[in-house]
Amino acid sequence: MLTIEDLGILRSVDETDDGLLVTITPTYSGCPAMEAIRADLLAAFRDAGRDDVRVEFVLAPAWTTDWMSDEGKRKLEEFGIAPPQPRPRDGVVALTLSLRCPQCGSPDTRELSRFGSTACKSLWVCNSCAEPFDHFKAI
Amino acid sequence: MNTRDYALSLGDDALVAAQRMGEWIAAAPQIEEDVAVGNIALDLLGQARSLLTYAGSLEDPVRTEDDLAYWRDEREFHNVHLVERSWGVLPERPRDFGVLVARLLVLSTYLCELYDRLSTSTDETLAAVAAKAVKEVDYHRDHATLWVLRLGDGTEESHTRMQAALDAEWPYVAELFDDAWVDPTLVERGVAVLPSTLRDPFDLRIVDVLARATLHLPDVAAAVGGGRRGVHTEQMGYVLAEMQHLTRSHPGATW
Repeated sequence: MLTIEDLGILRSVDETDDGLLVTITPTYSGCPAMEAIRADLLAAFRDAGRDDVRVEFVLAPAWTTDWMSDEGKRKLEEFGIAPPQPRPRDGVVALTLSLRCPQCGSPDTRELSRFGSTACKSLWVCNSCAEPFDHFKAI
Repeated sequence: MNTRDYALSLGDDALVAAQRMGEWIAAAPQIEEDVAVGNIALDLLGQARSLLTYAGSLEDPVRTEDDLAYWRDEREFHNVHLVERSWGVLPERPRDFGVLVARLLVLSTYLCELYDRLSTSTDETLAAVAAKAVKEVDYHRDHATLWVLRLGDGTEESHTRMQAALDAEWPYVAELFDDAWVDPTLVERGVAVLPSTLRDPFDLRIVDVLARATLHLPDVAAAVGGGRRGVHTEQMGYVLAEMQHLTRSHPGATW
């Protein structure tokens, strides 16, 4: 199972005087999953016997795909989504690296659309197996 | 004019731009572009939500993002005219893809410079919203640039229409860089960015893209403006009517 911790969305969980405080951050400003994640968190805590939980959203520091764990990237690839590459650092020349097809493993792939099914992904297609796949954009 | 007014104006720019762009979903030339415009509008809407929520939190009594989006009238919106205009150049073509591309280039280039500077604002909330948003609008600018190059340096027809679209949008560019509405003390305190200081970096980037696209910088007079004072074009009413009618017809409705 891919968790919000794997994705770097979960920032902290703290015991406070008025209960548990869970802090999460959106991947993109308009991410429509935030409300669903909050509702799921509250439901999961309730099932575990905790109903004194608050979920807060923070914007700073801004989320980056560098916070995604290696485990998270592996799970994404298993699920058929090409994981984000490391972001280019300042002063380093950014080369456009080819993505490996998560279906057949071929590096012979191309970008089909810069925007995909959600804000965080672009759409690619594999020239070898001809299957389309999502790519989690590095930001 | 205070921090609330500043956040509200920037939020209104993003909100109205997003609402207008929504008109392109299922109407763009390719299905990939429907998805692209939808995603860009969603990013802008997310930025608007953060900015309006912040603006509303500084009011007494507090207003929510929904109160501000749905329950203000035209004169209370402070967005620039650029984002409220409809998409046509010629009456027979009310939705011209060239206009979308031109506006996207102008808006994303301006927002890149604005959010980049605002990410070091002394106001922590504005800085946080901007630091997040700058990554998003940078990607929008990339997308717009690809289209401007493709259409400008494309066929005779695409070149002509891309230039006509730029010419049609250009009178509304100057308003983005007008300083008159920003309280100088907000700038001195490091909260706000003085809009005119964004003009040079904006021009540098635009001139470069247009040159590569074999297009020229339009030589047209600036439109009158007034959006920051709540004075809008006749097209603003249509945007608000569509955006607000459901909430106003069924107040309090939820699902």
